Amino acid sequence: MNRLSWFNAVSLTLGFAFLYIPMIILIIFSFNESKLVTVWAGFSTKWYGELIHNEAFLDAAWVTVRVAVFSSTLATILGTMAAYVLVRGGRFFGRTLFSGMIYAPLVMPEVITGLSLLLLFIGIGLDRGIFTIVLAHTTFSMCYVSVVVSSRLITFDRSLEEAALDLGCSPAQAFRLVTLPIIAPAVISGWLLAFTLSLDDLVIASFTSGPSATTLPIKIFSAVRLGVSPEINALSTLMIAVVTIGVITASLVTKRAAVRQKQEEQAAARAT
Amino acid sequence: MRRFVLIAIPYLWLLALFLVPFAIVLKISLSDAAIARPPYFPQFDWAAGIRAFISELDFENYIFLTQDDLYWKAYLSSVKIALISTALTLLVGYPIAYGMARAPQEWRATLMMLVILPFWTSFLIRVYAWMGILSNEGYLNQFLMWTGLISEPLTILNTQTAVYIGIVYTYLPFMILPIYSALDRLDGSLIEAAEDLGCSRAQAFWLVTIPLSRPGIIAGCFLVMIPVIGEFVIPSLLGGSGTLMIGKVLWEEFFSNRDWPVASAVAIVLLLILVIPIVLFQRNQQKQAEAEQ
Repeated sequence: MNRLSWFNAVSLTLGFAFLYIPMIILIIFSFNESKLVTVWAGFSTKWYGELIHNEAFLDAAWVTVRVAVFSSTLATILGTMAAYVLVRGGRFFGRTLFSGMIYAPLVMPEVITGLSLLLLFIGIGLDRGIFTIVLAHTTFSMCYVSVVVSSRLITFDRSLEEAALDLGCSPAQAFRLVTLPIIAPAVISGWLLAFTLSLDDLVIASFTSGPSATTLPIKIFSAVRLGVSPEINALSTLMIAVVTIGVITASLVTKRAAVRQKQEEQAAARAT
Repeated sequence: MRRFVLIAIPYLWLLALFLVPFAIVLKISLSDAAIARPPYFPQFDWAAGIRAFISELDFENYIFLTQDDLYWKAYLSSVKIALISTALTLLVGYPIAYGMARAPQEWRATLMMLVILPFWTSFLIRVYAWMGILSNEGYLNQFLMWTGLISEPLTILNTQTAVYIGIVYTYLPFMILPIYSALDRLDGSLIEAAEDLGCSRAQAFWLVTIPLSRPGIIAGCFLVMIPVIGEFVIPSLLGGSGTLMIGKVLWEEFFSNRDWPVASAVAIVLLLILVIPIVLFQRNQQKQAEAEQ
């Protein structure tokens, strides 16, 4: 079955055309001279120029990046702990509740998460701003990190940890020297996932942000409600470019890491 | 002791920022709206004691939800849109996943990346891209009029059709990936065996491939359906005023009407609707995880 049948070739072509044509159109028309986005009037990069001078967008972008860096880092730490507890922690009081709280946010409608967190922040009298968005983003993205990391923890050979413990490592040393290097690719992809989820989020940020902190999605949403604009097309193109470069780099890096790990394992197998 | 700390930190975090907020939503849904800050009554008062506090709570907001047509119609239409769009996403996604699983081995990593890439790209931008395509003077209408298929532009933006297109487009990776991973693991010799035993290709597909990819189909359908029921961005950008979805109603109740107790009651009822599919989904995932081990 190594040749593509015509049916599979057609469904793949149509499927990927459907996935990519809308974004390609968006990118092409970000270089349109005309203010009317649907009429092509010649090539121009003027909308990118206007973007650079749009203080409101730049401020919002800066807020968004800061929120994403803080929340994804916190979420990676908490999510890795949670994954470790779920996979290696054995039985403890309230384990079912704990795993329920890890999986529920993955499918929870954002409007509910946003509303409930906002009511909490108001209830305890926390001023809404960057800090509250970070708390909110950390909470839902740590669950994604935990799912990614625990799927890696499940598949790796536990006897490696046990060997380290037998050879005199403390549990913390065994984690740092054995477990962490092995799960590192999953931890990194968890961080990346948390980072993009935070960059992307509109609904939860709208509920939990205050007037002092507007994120880029909030800004884009309020602009887009008024209709299509070439400036937003330019901004979208930049964001698509950043994500594309990031995803391709990340996949190359993890591929290389996987190859290296395999070589090391083979070398170790030969040595014994 | 160290183990205790390791468990306690993520546990307490989720308790404080996931479970407690729900308790607050539940409590406010039982309160009355008030012109105050915060705009609901009663506030918890330690001096009066818990019994006096509870006696102030009632189900008035829930009764209001059943009386006003808007809410139950919005719930119904959200569920309807979610079911139809899940079926559409499956119809579009299955052939793509199938094609990927049958593609030459050396292509698969690239195809996989091409499916994942849109998933990493901003959801908002992907929905926005369709606004330019579907509007009256949009690219689709320009194209159709250029080919001469239509003489008048079609109205697609701000209708339910646009909502379906937007949902299928944005949620497609969630459908493709679990189905692909089920099909990828499928042992090709089983299909050959079925064909050797006299099945036609179509029969082999129906009797072998579809049942064996069922866990992937189920997972994909839940991953699309559950979040779509509460979807806000797609109906508000593509659906216009004619599309009623509960996520949008909740948003407007909160931000425009500033009626927090009613918004909370809307959220609680939405959650009750979602409990059934969420529990079914988790059971499916658990069964699959056990089967793999």
